[in-house]
Amino acid sequence: MNLATKDIRHNLGRFSLTALGIGLLLMVVMGMGGIYRGLVQEATLIVDRIGADLWVVQKNTRGPFAELSRIPRDLADRALVVPGVETSYGFISYTIQRSYKGKPLRLTIQGLDWPADSGLWLPISAGRSLGQAHYELVADNSSALKVGDKLALGKDVFTIVGLTKNLTSPSGDSMAFMTLTDAQAVQFDFSPESIRIERTARVNRLFNIELGQIQPQLSEKAGGLNSGIPALGTSMISVVLVTVKSGWNPAAVAKQIEAWPDVSVYTEDGQKQLLLKGFVDRSRKQLGLFRVLLIIVSAVIMALILYTLTLDKLHDIAMLKLIGARNSVILGLIMQQALLLGSIGFCIAYLLGQWIFPFFPRRVVLINSDLYMLAVIVLVISILASLLGIYRAMRADPGEVLS
Amino acid sequence: MNQSHDNLALQAVGLTKIYGSGHTEVIAVRDVAVEVCKGEIVALLGPSGAGKTTLLTLLGLIRPPNTGQISIDGILVFNNHQAQVDIRRFRRQKFGFVFQKANLIPFLTAVENVRLAMEIDDQPVRTSRRRAMELLEYLGVAERAQNLPSMLSGGEQQRVAVARALANRPSLILADEPTAALDSVRGRQVMELFRKVAHEQNAGVIVVTHDHRALDVFDRTLEMEDGILRQQQKGN
Ligand SMILES: Nc1ncnc2c1ncn2[C@@H]1O[C@H](COP(=O)(O)OP(=O)(O)OP(=O)(O)O)[C@@H](O)[C@H]1O
Ligand SMILES: [Mg+2]
Repeated sequence: MNLATKDIRHNLGRFSLTALGIGLLLMVVMGMGGIYRGLVQEATLIVDRIGADLWVVQKNTRGPFAELSRIPRDLADRALVVPGVETSYGFISYTIQRSYKGKPLRLTIQGLDWPADSGLWLPISAGRSLGQAHYELVADNSSALKVGDKLALGKDVFTIVGLTKNLTSPSGDSMAFMTLTDAQAVQFDFSPESIRIERTARVNRLFNIELGQIQPQLSEKAGGLNSGIPALGTSMISVVLVTVKSGWNPAAVAKQIEAWPDVSVYTEDGQKQLLLKGFVDRSRKQLGLFRVLLIIVSAVIMALILYTLTLDKLHDIAMLKLIGARNSVILGLIMQQALLLGSIGFCIAYLLGQWIFPFFPRRVVLINSDLYMLAVIVLVISILASLLGIYRAMRADPGEVLS
Repeated sequence: MNQSHDNLALQAVGLTKIYGSGHTEVIAVRDVAVEVCKGEIVALLGPSGAGKTTLLTLLGLIRPPNTGQISIDGILVFNNHQAQVDIRRFRRQKFGFVFQKANLIPFLTAVENVRLAMEIDDQPVRTSRRRAMELLEYLGVAERAQNLPSMLSGGEQQRVAVARALANRPSLILADEPTAALDSVRGRQVMELFRKVAHEQNAGVIVVTHDHRALDVFDRTLEMEDGILRQQQKGN
């Protein structure tokens, strides 16, 4: 005859509600751990996916994700001639926030070096990768955009031709891929008025210097297209992605490029560390702290619940003692209920989580080792939490039954 | 009372119990000596606050006395406040308790409440099941065996409690106002049941009672006042 389960069956409603409550609490703990894992995974996901051996960025910057990096586009061609370099693509990355169908839409735009890179490496879940040099966009499914949707960016309208699955930037924004040229056009999109003002300002600046006074015809050039003025460079890109020929050591190739005074070079692992140690470090620590706090809160709440469950049974426990039940019988009653509450709570947390976590705005990644760890923690919490109740039960005076 | 020593279910001498200390000190039991034979049913009478319940908790090994010796079945159990044996084991094997309220475990059915007493004494499930049903039949509540205590009347609950007290064939049954919650007819039935148990199962029975109409059931009555066991007289 198992007293613990008999008591539970007698108070089934209350026990179920308590288990549900603990389950919800544990679900939050589980979710917090999952968000932590998701954050780490998201932060390094794009680095993983791109799979470049070396990341060449603006000197002394930690670009392109952790901070802004700007380098000229022809750096890709310079890198290509370094011995050991297999491919070398330009890449651009920046985040925009627009409004789409009345809702804010945040996209981290990634410019691909079309036609060398048409995004064949992308994890396409619907549609296709980029098929032409302009006006096509591959978006992530987390952005709520669908294949065939049209999105106006800059002066152009882009068609969503494909969707990726779960590609988000280190800060959790959906990624969107277009050609490098389009990405630059969107990034450096100026209104006609600002272009007119800039051109007028150029002409004025020209007349303020000697050159303008001796060559007045130059004002025509200064007031014209940017591309007609050699003093103005082309638009910048963020990073040059380099893959190394097989048999070559990436670190050695990196050393050569690093010798150029205008760039910094990171290996794939170095780039990941930049993101983990710098970019998401504080969020990571914050989440870790929350996780610990939540576990402590759960332990305290469980202890209180088990304590009150014990208080409710104190008369029966005193009676059990009076008729000579061993302490192990009473200990078993409380401990078994604690373990049952803990394990049922854990299962509820897991099942509810499976259902609810996909709706979380940030990705929740449940790793088996984390789940085992949490299960062990719940076990320990259950045992510790029951100690308070057991302590009270052990002090119960069987003589109280008579008075 | 010329009973030989090995016929004694309980023997206690010099029992004193003091509650509290200093200013709030209450001497609930003073230097009490009492003997109960096997097969004997004894009434314990006395006004409220006389110390009857306290004496019962001492004799039932529920609380330790401050001074005095208690022997059960010829075995010294308490020497002053020091327990000489595993008193929990003694309680479950040698005692049956019945109180004013039935004090059944609310989440167990009637038959489970009776079985519990045997299972905490490690008796096999088959034996405990059979004996529990026998006892409930003996007490006339067999048809209520599968009901929870909350579905039983006060009298039925009390009979289940008596069945639980009898489960381990105790040497001693201690009852504290077991009929207080019952009407006089049912109360008398319970008292007569105790007498029957005492005589048939050769157990010593002590019943604290205020009900003077049922005194004819007892072999002997003890009277307590202010913690002192004043007189021991033969019943009718
Ligand atoms: N746990 C306790 N702590 C302190 N004093 C107590 C305690 N239990 C009983 N007493 C005191 O001891 C004395 C004897 O009480 P006891 O309960 O034994 O009397 P009783 O004869 O059973 O009375 P009643 O007929 O009302 O049940 C009383 O004065 C009571 O106040
Ligand atoms: Mg009393």
